[in-house]
This record gives sequence, C-alpha cells and structure tokens, in this order.
Amino acid sequence: MAISNTTLAGPPPGGPSERWRFLGGTRGVDTIAWLVTLVAALSVLFVTVWLVVELWRHSTLPRQAFGFRFLLDSVWDPVFGHFGALPFVYGTLVTSAVAMLIAVPLGVGAAIFLAELAPRGFSDALTFLVELLAAVPSVVLGLVGIFVVVPWVRTSFGPVLKDLFGFTPLFQGPIYGVGFLTSGLVLAIMVLPFIVSISREVLLSVPVDLREGALALGATKWEATWKVVVPTAGTGILGSIFLGLARALGETMAVSMVIGGTPQIAASLFAPGYSIASVIADQFSEATGDLFRQSLIELGLVLFGITLLLHAVARALVHFTTRKARGAA
Amino acid sequence: MNRLTWRKTVNTVMSGVTALCALVAVAPLLFVLGLLVVKGASSLNWAFFTKLPVPVGETGGGIANAIAGSGQLLLLAALFGVPLGVLGGIYLSEFGGWGVPFFVRYAADLLVTVPSIVIGIFAYAVVVLPVGHFSALAGGFALGVMLLPIVVTNTEQFLRTVPVWLREGSLALGAGHWKTIVSVVIPGALQGILTGILLALARVAGETAPLIFTAFNNAYWNRGLNQPISSLPYMIWIYGLSAYDDWHRQAWAAALVLLGFVLLVNVVSRLVLARGMAARRAA
Repeated sequence: MAISNTTLAGPPPGGPSERWRFLGGTRGVDTIAWLVTLVAALSVLFVTVWLVVELWRHSTLPRQAFGFRFLLDSVWDPVFGHFGALPFVYGTLVTSAVAMLIAVPLGVGAAIFLAELAPRGFSDALTFLVELLAAVPSVVLGLVGIFVVVPWVRTSFGPVLKDLFGFTPLFQGPIYGVGFLTSGLVLAIMVLPFIVSISREVLLSVPVDLREGALALGATKWEATWKVVVPTAGTGILGSIFLGLARALGETMAVSMVIGGTPQIAASLFAPGYSIASVIADQFSEATGDLFRQSLIELGLVLFGITLLLHAVARALVHFTTRKARGAA
Repeated sequence: MNRLTWRKTVNTVMSGVTALCALVAVAPLLFVLGLLVVKGASSLNWAFFTKLPVPVGETGGGIANAIAGSGQLLLLAALFGVPLGVLGGIYLSEFGGWGVPFFVRYAADLLVTVPSIVIGIFAYAVVVLPVGHFSALAGGFALGVMLLPIVVTNTEQFLRTVPVWLREGSLALGAGHWKTIVSVVIPGALQGILTGILLALARVAGETAPLIFTAFNNAYWNRGLNQPISSLPYMIWIYGLSAYDDWHRQAWAAALVLLGFVLLVNVVSRLVLARGMAARRAA
C-alpha cells in the first residue's frame, strides 16, 4: 500500500526520514550507504561495458572496409591503407604456444612439489618467491630479454636447437636472436607464477581423506599424488593453464621488446614477427590516418574478445573444481 | 628389480623432478634481481635521483622527472580507483545479495585479466581523443581503471574475514547497518584493506603499456595535469630500446629502482598480512 501511495501521490508526507520508508523500512543513512556503495560497485560493471563500447565505436572504419577478412588477411601495409590482422594473430598464437609448452610442465610440476611433496614451511617460502616473480614489471623482464635472452638465443641456444632439430621447418633459417622463440621464452617466465600459484591452491583444496585413503591402500606418496590428487584437481589445473594463456596472449611490453617487429607469417621459430599487443604498442602513437589507428583499435577489440573467451572458460574450470572439492570434504 | 623397489624408485625420481621444477620456477626472480643489481647498482647516486635527463653525449643526468611522474600518475590513479574500489568492495561484502554482486565480481575479474594495452586504448579513446593531446590525466585514468577492480576484489575479501558475530553483536546493541560497517567491520579489516591498496598500486606502478599513448613522455618536469608526463616504466622502455650505451646503463639503474620499489612493497605488505592472519587465527 505504501508503494502504491508513493507512485500515485508522489513522495509521502513528513520529513526526509519518512520518505525512505518505501525502501523497506531501513533507516535513511543505511539506505544512502546502500545506494552509494551500490553505485560504486556498479562502476566496475559500467567501466567494463564502456570499454567494449568505446573499442567497438572506434573501430567502425576497418570493420566496414574489411569486415571479417580483417582477421584472415595477411597483408599489413599502412602506406597503402591495407590492413590484415593475420600475421599478428599468428604471432600471438605461436609465441603463446611456445610459452605454454615450456611453462605448463614446469609450472604443474612445481605446483605438485609445493602442494604435495615439500615440507610446509619450505613450500610457503618458495611459493612466496614464485609469486613475487609475478610482480616483476613486464618492462623489466623485457630489458632482461633484450640484453640477456636475445644474445643467448642467438649465440648458444638457437644454434644448439638448429643442430638438433634443424631438419624440421620450425628451426630453420638465420637466427637473429629476436623472434617467436625468444618471445615465447620470456612469456614462459611471465606465466609460470600464475600456473604455479593457482595450481597449487587447487591441489591444496583436494580433501585430505583422498590422500590418506590412497596411502592406506599402500600407494607411495607419488602414486597418491599422481593417481588420486592430480586427477581430482585436473579441471582446476586446466583452469590455471587457461588463465596463464590469457596472460600470455595479452602480454605487451616484454614481447614487443624481443619479438623483432616484423609483420610476417614464418614457419621458423627463429624468425622475427609481431603479436597483436606488441604491434599496438609499437605503432599506435605513430599511426597516421583514421583507418590505420582504427585498425589498431580493432586489433585491441580482437584481443579483448580472446581474453573474454579464455577468462570465462578458465573461471568456470577453477570454480567447478574448488566447489566440487569443498563439497566432497 | 622387483615391483616394490621400482615403485619406490619412481617415487624418489618424481619427487626430485618436481623439486627441480620448483627450483627452476624460483630461479628467474633471483636471476633478474641479481642481474639488475650487478648492472644497475653502480649507477645509483644522488644525482640519478635528483637530476633531469641530459641530451645524449653529455654525461650525468638523472631520472628525477620520471620518478616524480610515476608518483603523480599513481596519485591520480588512486584518486580514481581507491574510493570507488573501497565503496564497491563494501557493497559486495556487506550489502550484496546474489544478483548484482555476481556480475560485478565477474566484471572485476575480467577487467583484471584484460590486457593492459587494451586499457590504454580505452583511456586514449575516452580522454586523449576528446582533448586532442596526451596528458597525465589520461595516463592516471588508465592506471585507475586497472586499479579499480583490484581494489574492489581485495576490499571485499578482507571485509569478509571479519567474523559475522562481530556484526551481529553490533546490530544487537542497536547500531544500524552503516554504523556497524563504519565502526566495527571496517576497523577490523582496515589493515588488510590498506595493504591491499598498496599492493594494487605497486602492481600498476610497473605498467608501461597503458601509458604509451595516454601519458606519453616528457623530458622535463611535469607542467600540469593536462600535459604529457614521463614515468619510470616508460623511461626504461625508451632507454632500453635506444642505441646508446649510456642510456642502457641508466635503463638498468631505473629498472633496479622500479623493481626495488615493487618488491619492497610486495614483501612488506605480505609480511604484514601474514602476521595479521596469524594474530586473527590465534584470537
């Protein structure tokens, strides 16, 4: 009745405190607090939506000019106003793949050791150090990449790979030092802490009963870990890998410093290339003309789309496992 | 070799292999830290922190403007991200039901994952394009957008560590909802919230990508919020990619300063948090 009164006859009579009655009888200050904090919370949602709208709005030109061919066209020629994203998509995928090939076995192995096999105090200390690695700014790792990893790949690591696997197209051609392989190596260092940290948490959330059951049946520590705990945590570990992948795909500075800056699709990992994020970083400030700049913004939109997809999958996986583990406990 | 010996051998070998993985995972941090100290520490002196950069060829010069610029950008980011973030976190923890909070949490989580370069494009489109030039304001906005979701998530998590019975006690004594939040819940989580903000600031302090086409760069002291401004990460990027040995030397030193700051904040705040947690568990 109070509600119909307000809507029909405007604000109810009485002082300001009376007027808040229709909001469920809470006191004025509580309602104001509720409203203010709600607006603040909604600002996160608002910023996210706003970001998508702006990216969409500022990439109309290339979308109209190229449509979906934008993603499949391998020519990027600012001088003639021809923009295709394929070399960058390719570079992003290849560098991320190299990074994940290195970081996943290492990271999951480390997480297993830290969660299951290491003594607790030692494990906490090591995990602390690994998580600190995630705090190292990307540009600092890029600097190390330029002056340490690039020369190392050019003079030591690259030639060794060439000798061993030179018969495959992956390891042929001149070794410049900069390129897909070097970017993948630097990226591996960047995603490693995410995989270790989240996988460890997922493993720790597996109920103790399962381990004890396996051990009581006579399994060794490793058998209990590998055949019982890891499969139980499998989905969550997969989630941590997806989160690491999302990280690798969007990483900008370190990659832009060691990838070589060449928009090309090359089979060899030694070849220089470009990733989506690094081409935006390199060319945006110098982009002349609206089509050029908007093409770069559309690349940003593509990157956002990929992140959105990976993030949703990863979250669902991690959520599913930790929930299941907790439910079983 | 009988079956049991084999199983025991596998157990030992795999323990060793995974331990090796863990050591390899820790090695990059120690390597980077050691390298920066070796390459950068000798260049750190008073002038480096207090002087402006000098043109190539002249010796000396410092990165004072970059440090000041980074400070200003962080302040701007905090002005945007901290109040909104803390209030939003309060909503999620204290007022939220299941509808709005779900979407807000999801958006916050997504926003943290969005590549920082994309946030840079967003700030460019929102602040730089309408004004027509790069500015400190645009850079601060970009960093603020990155800060916001981190602060929201951290604040919510720390507020949730405050036990429910404290809230119930306050409500039973007749205090209202907001009064309870301000005088019971927030004081109980204050240390955590503040350290969370500090950690978030340390995280965005190292970001370069969102600044490239928002704050841009400036070789002199900053001349107002509406002007381009230099920052530590940007300076490291430019100096590192340059062709001059002297700039490389300064890039290493600046990287050491930046990494030192970030690691210091991380270590101190994590220790504070760990102690707070231990105290709470003991209580």
